[in-house]
Amino acid sequence: MSGVNKWFGELHVLQDIDLEIARGEVVVVIGPSGSGKSTLCRTINRLESIEKGEIAIDGELLPAEGKQLARLRSDVGMVFQSFNLFAHKTILQNVTLGPIKVRGKSKAEAEKQARTLLDRVGVIAQSDKYPAQLSGGQQQRVAIARALAMDPKVMLFDEPTSALDPEMISEVLDVMVGLARDGMTMIVVTHEMGFARKAANRVVFMDGGRIVETTEPETFFNNPQSDRAQNFLSKILNH
Amino acid sequence: MQFLADNFGLLWDAFLTTLSLSLLAGLLALVLGTLLAAARVSPIPPLRGLATFYVEVFRNTPLTVVFFFMIFGLPQIDFILGFFTGAVLSLGLYTAAFVGEAIRSGINAVSAGQAEASRAIGLTFGQSLREVVLPQAFRTVIPPLGNVFIAMVKNSSIAAGFATSELSSLLPRLVNADAGQLTAVLLGVVIAYMLITLPLAFGVHRLERRVAILR
Ligand SMILES: Nc1ncnc2c1ncn2[C@@H]1O[C@H](COP(=O)(O)OP(=O)(O)O)[C@@H](O)[C@H]1O
Ligand SMILES: [Mg+2]
Repeated sequence: MSGVNKWFGELHVLQDIDLEIARGEVVVVIGPSGSGKSTLCRTINRLESIEKGEIAIDGELLPAEGKQLARLRSDVGMVFQSFNLFAHKTILQNVTLGPIKVRGKSKAEAEKQARTLLDRVGVIAQSDKYPAQLSGGQQQRVAIARALAMDPKVMLFDEPTSALDPEMISEVLDVMVGLARDGMTMIVVTHEMGFARKAANRVVFMDGGRIVETTEPETFFNNPQSDRAQNFLSKILNH
Repeated sequence: MQFLADNFGLLWDAFLTTLSLSLLAGLLALVLGTLLAAARVSPIPPLRGLATFYVEVFRNTPLTVVFFFMIFGLPQIDFILGFFTGAVLSLGLYTAAFVGEAIRSGINAVSAGQAEASRAIGLTFGQSLREVVLPQAFRTVIPPLGNVFIAMVKNSSIAAGFATSELSSLLPRLVNADAGQLTAVLLGVVIAYMLITLPLAFGVHRLERRVAILR
């Protein structure tokens, strides 16, 4: 993405964002609340439109609306803070909906793939339950399987563990570390430093709608360049 | 009661008329109401505007006026509907506005996050509505929808004033024939209405319980 700008009315939420992410790279986005991290993620699959600049995936510019946009979105997996599983569908149906409706797979084929994915994220035993019957950690792992079922080119995670009880955080992070090891391209908004250290190639620090610094995880946590990053880190480390 | 038995044929025909008027208008209202609700949440502004306009017009016009327009107004521009067809259209178009509002409130009750998640896996707006939003919206609005349809069955009595021989039209007709039978006639007509509304209410209740377990 280059020269990306977005306003919410008067509020300039994204200011001249330039960010290039290579295939297989894992980028962690970190920054204070309200700095525009969620908005950045949401512009990448155009859940939010942008006023200026361009975003391209695999060399292809984001289309404005309609069928093409839907197809592009299917190539970008998204995992939300609040899971957002489909409440009226079983776990298995949550994962097969996209492959059947968007990719045109047969039910049998989609279910076979879904079972493999549910097994991979460790919730295969819950296949026939409804989302409300699962713990938060399990729901989030289903949400990851649902996104993976589309064979996405890139996965976006917007604070995937911040709605979880502490004991469930690691089960979700483990799945994410596994994905990173398998070569998935990932953009992850998180304050989990453990994850950033283990899996990230780069850390992007955002503040006030701008990218303030981009560095390697170790450099960022041990020796942040900007005052704002130092300030921010001292706050989260004191907790 | 003998009087009602003597006029059973009339009563039965009127019952069937009310029943078919309600079923046809109800079907029209359900289909059109769903489309209206979908249009009101669609990303296309003119569609939203049109649906809002429709709902506001029909919600704020007395049903009698709608009937009058359909049955006496349209023939003025050489568009002649039969009395029964006019009644079905009036009742159906009018009720659709209320059905649309009920379903829209159900759509709003489905978390925006789920709609977003469905778009994020690449479903189009229509697919997201059909597969994710509407099935859940219908579940939450079953009780208010039931009320809308019960009110519609009773509203069908307006057709009596527009030459449709439905249940209420029997009241003046039979009482004129024998004023002494007023109580029996009232009772007969009320029971006939209940034969439609009570099973409807019961069905709504059953449906509500079934989807509650499913969730
Ligand atoms: N839909 C919206 N309308 C108006 N303002 C918004 C909207 N979404 C987010 N904002 C504002 O944009 C800013 C950035 O939000 P966000 O991207 O969610 O930040 P972060 O995820 O870093 O906490 C915040 O000030 C927030 O209040
Ligand atoms: Mg956020």
